[in-house]
Formats: sequence, C-alpha cells, structure tokens
Amino acid sequence: MENFFLDNKHLAFHLSHPLMKSIVKMREKNYTESKSYDYAPLDYEDAIDSYEKVLEVIGEIAGEIIAPNAESVDKEGVTLANNVVTYAKGTQQNHEVLKRAGMYGLSLPRKYDGLNFPMVISIMVAEIIARADASFSNIWSLQDCAETIHEFANEELKSKYLPMVHQGYTCSMVLTEPDAGSDLQAVMLKAHYDQEAKCWRLNGVKRFITNGDADIQLVLARSEEDTTDARGLSCFLYDRMDNAVTVRRVENKLGIKGAPTCELVYKNAPAQLIGDERMGLIKYVMSLMNAARLGIGAQSVGLAEAAYRVAFKYANEREQFGKKIIDFPPVYEMLASMRAKIDGVRSLLYETSRFVDMYKLYTYESKERSLSNEERDQMKYYQRFADVYTPLLKLFASEYCNQIASDALQIHGGTGYMKDFPVERLVRDARITNIYEGTSQLQVVAAIRGINSGVFLKRVKEYEAINLKPEWQVLKNTLIEMTNRFERSLEIAKAWNNAEMFDFNSRRLVEMMGNIIIGYLLLIDTDHNDAYAHSAHIFIRMGDAQNHEKENYIAVFTESDLAAYQSIK
Amino acid sequence: MNLKIVVLAKQVPDTRNVGKDAMKEDGTVNRGALPAIFNPDDLNALEMALEMKDRMRNVEVVVITMGPTRAADIIREAIFRGADKGYLLTDRKFAGSDTLATSYALFKAVQKINPDLIVCGLQAIDGDTAQVGPQIAEKLHIPQITYVEKLNDITENHMMLTRRLERGVETVKVNFPALITVHASANPCRPMHAKRLLKFKHAHTLSELQDQNRDYTDLFKEHPYLRIEEWNAESVEADESYLGLSGSPTKVKEIESVVLTQKESKRFTDKDQDVDQLMKELLETRVIG
Repeated sequence: MENFFLDNKHLAFHLSHPLMKSIVKMREKNYTESKSYDYAPLDYEDAIDSYEKVLEVIGEIAGEIIAPNAESVDKEGVTLANNVVTYAKGTQQNHEVLKRAGMYGLSLPRKYDGLNFPMVISIMVAEIIARADASFSNIWSLQDCAETIHEFANEELKSKYLPMVHQGYTCSMVLTEPDAGSDLQAVMLKAHYDQEAKCWRLNGVKRFITNGDADIQLVLARSEEDTTDARGLSCFLYDRMDNAVTVRRVENKLGIKGAPTCELVYKNAPAQLIGDERMGLIKYVMSLMNAARLGIGAQSVGLAEAAYRVAFKYANEREQFGKKIIDFPPVYEMLASMRAKIDGVRSLLYETSRFVDMYKLYTYESKERSLSNEERDQMKYYQRFADVYTPLLKLFASEYCNQIASDALQIHGGTGYMKDFPVERLVRDARITNIYEGTSQLQVVAAIRGINSGVFLKRVKEYEAINLKPEWQVLKNTLIEMTNRFERSLEIAKAWNNAEMFDFNSRRLVEMMGNIIIGYLLLIDTDHNDAYAHSAHIFIRMGDAQNHEKENYIAVFTESDLAAYQSIK
Repeated sequence: MNLKIVVLAKQVPDTRNVGKDAMKEDGTVNRGALPAIFNPDDLNALEMALEMKDRMRNVEVVVITMGPTRAADIIREAIFRGADKGYLLTDRKFAGSDTLATSYALFKAVQKINPDLIVCGLQAIDGDTAQVGPQIAEKLHIPQITYVEKLNDITENHMMLTRRLERGVETVKVNFPALITVHASANPCRPMHAKRLLKFKHAHTLSELQDQNRDYTDLFKEHPYLRIEEWNAESVEADESYLGLSGSPTKVKEIESVVLTQKESKRFTDKDQDVDQLMKELLETRVIG
C-alpha cells in the first residue's frame, strides 16, 4: 500500500512545530467547538491526531489512486464538447474519491460543513496531492477560492456557496485576460448593475483560466465606468448553473494537461458582488493571489519530492561501468543537492504557512471582538512576515522545482527523455510553476519590499538569537557571515542612488536573503532532529558560495554594466 | 420498514504484498511479518451493503468480525467508511477453528441480530475457501446467492442481483431474508469519510481500553456510540463442542513447501524447429487447442 503521508517523515516533522500549539488553539477557539460538533478535537493532542489520521487517508488516496492515474491523465488531457469541459477519466476518479471521503473544504469552518483545519494542514495536503499528480493538485487547490468567499463575501453568499465546496463543487479564479496577464490592473471585462434583475452582469473575455469551467467562479471585472486602473475593479461570483458563459477553447499545453486551461466568453452573465465595489483587485484578489502563491509553493515542493524519488530509485537500480550510478560523484552530488533543496524549501513552505495561519486567525478573531494591543501587534507581526515570505517561497520553490525535475531527468540519462518513465512528465509539469500566479520575476518585485523594509532581516536576527546546540556553531557562523555580507551588498546597492541599477540587482539580493533564511530554517530543523544535518550542511555551503558570487557582482557593479545590458533594447 | 444488514468481515494478513519473511519454514503464513488488513472481498461486500443504505431509507449496516482484540481495527475502518456499528466476536475458545467451526460461531452471532440480509465477501485471502458464507446460509436455512457482482435493484421485499460466473453473468431475484457473497469485481469500497473518521476514531472495545489502562467510563456515558460491543462464546449462546479445534473436522495432514527450480523451465529460441516443438507441447498438454 503506497501512502504519501506515511512514507514521508518530513511531513510529520513539520506538523510538530512548536507554533502549532498556538495555531490549533486559536483555530479551535480553545477547544470549545467539541461541545457542538462531535468531530471537533478535545485538546491539542487530539487535534494533531485528527490531522494525522486525515492526512493518512489522503496519503493513501494519493499513493493508491491519484498517482497511478497520473500517466493516463497526462495522456488523455481534457476535452471540450458542447460547451462543457470534461476531465480525463483518472481526474474524475480522483475528484470523486476525495469528494466521497469528505475532504473538500478542509479548512472551512464547521458551520459551513468544513473540518476547520489550519492552513498548514491544507498546504500539507496540497503537497501530498501534487506529488501524486501536479495537474490534479490545481483542481484540488482551487478550493482556496472558498477562503476568499469566506473572508470577504456576505453571509448569504457564504451560506449558499461554502457548503457546496465541501460537496465537491469546483472553483476557479478568473483573472487573466488577453491584455492583462501579469498586469491585472488592465482588466477590461465589464461589469454593470442590472437594475431590473437586481444583479450584476458580466461581459467580456477571459483567457488562460485554470479550471475555467468550474461550478463557482470568482471573476475580476471592471465595475466602474471610465476607469483604467486597479481602483475600478471589483470581484464577482458567477455560478455556472446560470449558463451564460461560453468556453471558447481549451489550451493545448506543455504540461499539467489534466487541468483544463480555458478561454471564456461572458455574455451578460449574472453575477454577485463579493464584498465592496472597487476593492476587487486591491484587497480580495491580492489575498486570493497570496493564497494561490502559497498553494503553488506546496505544488512545487510536492512535484520536486516526486522527481527526487524517481531519480533516487533509478540511480540505485541503474548500473554502468560495473557499479550503481549513485556511486559516481556527479550523481550523488545531484541527489544530495536535490534532497537539501527540498528539505530547505519545505521548511520555508511550512514557516510561511504558519505565518499565514497566525495572521488570518487574528484577522478572523478581530471581526468577532476587538483585539488587545498585544494581540494586534501579534497580528501585524505575522502579517508582515506572511506578506514577504509568500513571494520568497513562490520564487524559491518553483525555481527549485524546475531544477530538481531537470536534474532528475538528467540522472535518468537518455531513458528519462522517453515517455516510458514518469520523469519527463514531471519536467513538463514543473515548467509552469515559475510562471503562473506571478512569474519569478514578479515574485522578486514583491519580495524586494521585504528587503527594503528590513522585515526579512528582522526575522533573520530572530533566527540568529535562537540558542542552538554547540555542534551547529560552525554552520551558524557561516550564516552570520552571510548575513553581514548581505547587509554590505544592500548598502552598496542603496548607495548607487539609482532605481534601475537597484532593480537590475534585486533578484540577486532576494536570492542572497533566501539562501540565508533557508539556511537558518534547516539549521533550526537540525537542532530539533539531526536527520537534517546533512541537508543543512550542503545547503549552507552551497548558499554561501552562491552569495559570494552575487556579492562580488554587486560590489563592482557600475552604470556602464547596466548600459551594456540596455544596449540590447 | 427497517432493513437490517449484517456484513461479515475478516481481518487478514496482507498476502498480496509478500516479502521474503511472509512464510515460515514449515510453509505456514508468518502472520507477524504481514500487516493486518481488511479482507479485500469484504470491502466489496461492505460497499454493496452501503449502496443499499444509499438507495433505501431506514437501513442499518452492522459489521461483525471474529478475531483477536486487534480485529476491532476493521470494525473502526468499516464505521469510518459508513457502517453504523460493529460487534467483535472474540474468545480463546474460537482458536483453531476451520470453516465449519467459524461458520457456526458466526451463525450464532448473526442469529442474535436476526438480520434481513447477510453480506459476505466471496472469500478471504488467507484461506481462500469461500465456504464460510454458504455454510452460514445453510445453518440459517435461508437462500444464498454467491458471486454477486452488482446490485440492480432493491425494494422492501426483494433484490435483483447480477452474479459473475465463469462463462457469463446471471441475474437473479431473491426475497429477504438471504445471504449473499460478493465477488471482487463488484464496486470498490468507498473511502473512509473524514468526519466519520474524526467522530469515531475514539471508538474502542472495553478490552482495548483495559489494555491501555484508560478510564473511558465517562466518555462511553457521554458518547455511547464510541463503544464497540464484544461478544464471546457465551454471549452468543454457542455450544462449545462445535467451537475451535474440537468443532473443526478439517485437520491439516501435511504441508509441503513447493519451491520451483530452474529445471522446470525450458528455453526455446526463435528458430522454426523450436517454435514447432513449443506448439506441439502446448497442444499435447492441452494448454491450447
């Protein structure tokens, strides 16, 4: 029996993080819900036991059903006929099983039929499912739309649509248009209020919409006439039952073939406003995008785990020159580096998820009662970290996912290039992770704010202040030295007093910071469990070397360097 | 009306994923080395019972399993998947039972519930006899429908079932009460349901709690649904002479461990004369033709 939770001890490790106690206690309102719901936990241990039991069921579904279906799903893709998108048979089975297992709506409150699980757990589930089939994890993770409905929609919409999510009705976030990709402020799809029908009407075209034919669609549209920027955009809920959208085409893609990518035409489609007008992009979609970026982080880690495992297996089975190829330095270097990157970025994934959990919990709490000063400070504390860690995670996880999938194929040699092994699919599926939900280049734009504001550095100093066992001091000294050098590079870059020169080097700065943060997370993990010692060692040495290179580049960077690049225009 | 269905399930060693320690030297199953699982055909049986519950009102699905204390695991699993409740039939006196003694003990337990329908898996993967279900039907003097693959229809009085036979399928109608045995080609069992899992994860038998030295008196008082009833030979009013070794006429005379050696394989090349030879041998041994 394959079980993608039980066979991956790293997941249980992250479940045991000390901050989980606070997260679960707040989430469970100090364990008072067990009085009204017979499936609510009695205390912290009971809650963790519940999470583990559910993760075990999902781990088995992932290992026994979703993963074995992945190959045929990739081959079959999706079909569009009579304006209806049909999933591959395997995808349908995956969805049906998870639906029947009552797994949808995992993190929704119990009053909307959810299980009230923390974000950390739903991210873990997303990771497990992505390891089995990345294309299916898109369909699965789009239930995050429910989180946006829950946070911002009125009670009427919430009580109608949230229980539907639990029943397995699918969701999609409908944002991109032909001329509004990365730049969502340019969205043109028009919304006007129909006085007679007392609802909003949507008209226009959306493109590249993942799971576009979903039952519940969150649509970003221009509700304010004569506006051209973000302040004229609102967020709407369109119900597929209203049958007013044409699926004009489904895209033929490189990877994630099991997840339909649709072009949609809204023709006077009735829709309901989520929250307030004009707040669509500024508040709701930004929140939705942040959740989605966290989800892509999970997808990337899951996919990378799958790639590492097939590569590890192959390297142990394949013999050349009379020995297993894992015994050759270039191969074991690749495998150990893959392992270190996965361990590191997974730690970043759950650190970020905990920040998101904490600040969201305080936010929900603040809607029910006024928070104390101390609580308000805590909310801001975690929100600041969540805001900058999310793009950092998306950047690192998706880039690593690509590197790891590519290295996994490399280890297979020519065999890996063939369709006979799953690794070529993993490479194709990985390629989208650093593009959608904001390209890596855009994640840098978001993450650099955390560098300019000093938020990242503040957290790094907190990591530095943690007392670790003496045997890790050498590696810690490297991290302290890396931090010092980062600060010097940042000073140099600021002293240029040239915005374009700074922007040009912003990815270097963000990556230097990422290497330091992941290094610390791995070292702290090692302090709890020395199984991570090798990964910490490898990662910190690798990060140190990379940071030296970036530091050297920045140290002598001049306007003439920039001009040389600009000459290409 | 109220339809009461008993599903008979067995906890078995997972003989499908055998490693090198799966057999002892004497050729018997090394139960310690194999994980204990819900007998696969019994999961198909449970699904069929749950489908009946989906289609009709007022259906109660009760699981009975006979085995040691740890067999309570499969009662919990059945409840997580949708069964209403379960009974663990456990007693040292049952040890060493063959199919006749097993069917007697289960027959006594079933009688206590007096169901309208009994659903069993076709066979268990450890013994592969497929005898227990039919023997229980005989003891109860009720019709038995074996090899059931599909539930076509169910009403208050009867069911229409499809049987999977060697050379085709057969559709039969049967009135209640009846016993059916379900074939592995029937619908696979639904997954464990998250909310049921969380609600019933604390369900235990009294012996389990005593083994863990936990005092659950209050918990059982507050949540009676968490108690898994245990029955022994006495509580099902079984005649001891029909139980265990004394009730088992089947005696294993000898077990032979068959190890296939390379001598038994033959190598043919793609030369015409080899192919001719192969065809001849296959025809002679009536593998083909």
